[in-house]
Amino acid sequence: MQSSKQLKPPVTETYDSLLAPGQSLNSVTAKISDIILFPVLKTPLGWIIGFVAAGLLLMLYLYSLATLFTVGIGIWGINIPVAWGFDIINFVWWIGIGHAGTLISAILLLFRQDWRTSINRAAEAMTIFAVACAGIYPLIHTGRPWLDYWFLPYPSTLGMWPQFRSPLEWDVFAISTYATVSVLFWFVGLVPDLATLRDRSTSPIAKTLYGLASLGWRGAAKHWQRYEVASLLLAGLSTPLVLSVHSIISFDFAVAQLPGWHVTVFPPYFVAGAVYCGFAMVIVLMIPIRRWFGLEGLITMKHFDVMSKVMLASGMIVTYGYFGEIFYAWYSSSIYEYYLIVNRFTGPYAWSYWSLILFNVLIPQVLWSKKLRQNLPVLFFVSMAINVGMWFERWVIIVLSLHRDFLPSSWASYTPTFYDWSTYIGSFGLFFVLFLLFIRFIPMIAIFEVRDLVHKTTAHTAEHEDSGHAGA
Amino acid sequence: MSKAMSKAATDSPATYGIMAEFTESSALIHAAEHLRDAGYTKVEAYTPIPVHGLDVAIGHKPSRLPWLVLAGGLTGSSGLFAFMTWVNLVDYPMNIGGRPHFSWPAFVPITFEGMVLFSALAAVFGLFLICGFPRPYHPVFNAPGFERATTDGFFLCIETSDPLYDAAKAKSILTGLGATAVNEFSE
Repeated sequence: MQSSKQLKPPVTETYDSLLAPGQSLNSVTAKISDIILFPVLKTPLGWIIGFVAAGLLLMLYLYSLATLFTVGIGIWGINIPVAWGFDIINFVWWIGIGHAGTLISAILLLFRQDWRTSINRAAEAMTIFAVACAGIYPLIHTGRPWLDYWFLPYPSTLGMWPQFRSPLEWDVFAISTYATVSVLFWFVGLVPDLATLRDRSTSPIAKTLYGLASLGWRGAAKHWQRYEVASLLLAGLSTPLVLSVHSIISFDFAVAQLPGWHVTVFPPYFVAGAVYCGFAMVIVLMIPIRRWFGLEGLITMKHFDVMSKVMLASGMIVTYGYFGEIFYAWYSSSIYEYYLIVNRFTGPYAWSYWSLILFNVLIPQVLWSKKLRQNLPVLFFVSMAINVGMWFERWVIIVLSLHRDFLPSSWASYTPTFYDWSTYIGSFGLFFVLFLLFIRFIPMIAIFEVRDLVHKTTAHTAEHEDSGHAGA
Repeated sequence: MSKAMSKAATDSPATYGIMAEFTESSALIHAAEHLRDAGYTKVEAYTPIPVHGLDVAIGHKPSRLPWLVLAGGLTGSSGLFAFMTWVNLVDYPMNIGGRPHFSWPAFVPITFEGMVLFSALAAVFGLFLICGFPRPYHPVFNAPGFERATTDGFFLCIETSDPLYDAAKAKSILTGLGATAVNEFSE
């Protein structure tokens, strides 16, 4: 980073291993912590430019929210019958992105997949920031967001309680639990790395701050033993949690009786879509980051290959869901379900349905080719296409189902306004401001887990060593 | 800090223990087993990575954290389920299309989320509690070269509170077990 004026040396790619050859405990620790541990005033120009750009988007977001709070949700394009628009599309889109981070950190930990090691920290950070972006939409779409505490069960002077039998109330518990557990899991994973930074930093301010944040971690055997137990338990809790969160979000739709929503396949279909989009976002973020910070030795082509395969598999499940919806329309013999599909194929928003098929079904088929999976520009393009495609999927589910339901007299159309777009594009400002702060001050790769991986792959096979370690 | 304290105190701070550094985790495990078999009880290892088998080699008991997490999960799930039942049956019964007040399947999602939330809180804060965190200062940080314990150094410490503690003897044992450096350090 610091020598950005010089041309970067050509990259030697590693294809068949999770680490470039010749790494030691010290070299990986130095490599990752040196990205962070230099004076604030020497922050690279590229980071500052990115931060300013993200900050401007954040300003746009705050402006949109301020207008929303002072004027009301009339500034958006929603109306009856399309009462959910960009707000809920973006909410589902962002939280779906978040799910890949939990999947990588929790489910792959339980399955002892070593390839998660170099990417889990950044993916978990992505989860937390995406959940922050997601969580704002349901709060602001209520129209009177200052009364959002009514969602919570508290002994109110109104003498009322929330409706615990409603999926919308389940959402409150699901998302707040998900956000809390994701932050806790992430912080627990950070503690040993913050201790590494405390011990390596030379600046007294950095030493103090990392020292406080690391809680006094000193790598004691007793602490490691409990730490691994806690990590495994948190992974075991997060795994059903992540499945439940997107299932509950799909109940918001599936419990309603609207054609296009009232489908029992929604929970698994939503979860697969979340994984699909989330892995695409991890790839979109990791391709530039590994280049900028020279992390080719730690995030190898093998990582991208495995992530592409997960993406392809979840994409096929989503595609199966698309065919399933067409089948149900025919098999149900319901004219409303049948018309839903006709409307998707040929109605006024048919362009969005066919875009969805193009971005989510057709373009990702290139991932069958190993050569193209390992071609980073192609992979970046495919991942971007999937992100756009998954946004269209939520658009199709929400807008196309709402705008023409049972009675033709109640049909109407939906056109997003400037504020719909600015509240969406502005949320990227919040995401990237947080993400840039993260890569500047917190190790973006879990250092102790990479050390563990180095130790496992290079250590002599001593009698006490075994293959499985739990990290966070 | 040290200057002011050494002026105020009449004598230098007490010795906390003796710290040995190893370059390999296998040597550390071997040394820990040797000390345990020799009867040392106040021994602790400090490593940059989780080393499997080290807790057994030192003689640490298995963690009781899972029981704490189980208690948290049971509290969260049963508490929320009971609360929703009370609200819907006693405090605020609402007739929605003639459905039963005790429509327990609708309580399942929130019961589940409550279980996860309270278990996770118990796991994280239970971990901090039984590790004694936050504790930014600890005497072992005074051991020479201890900053490597979070990079690539494998350390083993015998504390002075151990009944068998004898600096000279410990030093010869630890050097014999392959330690690259052995130093006494103070609190």
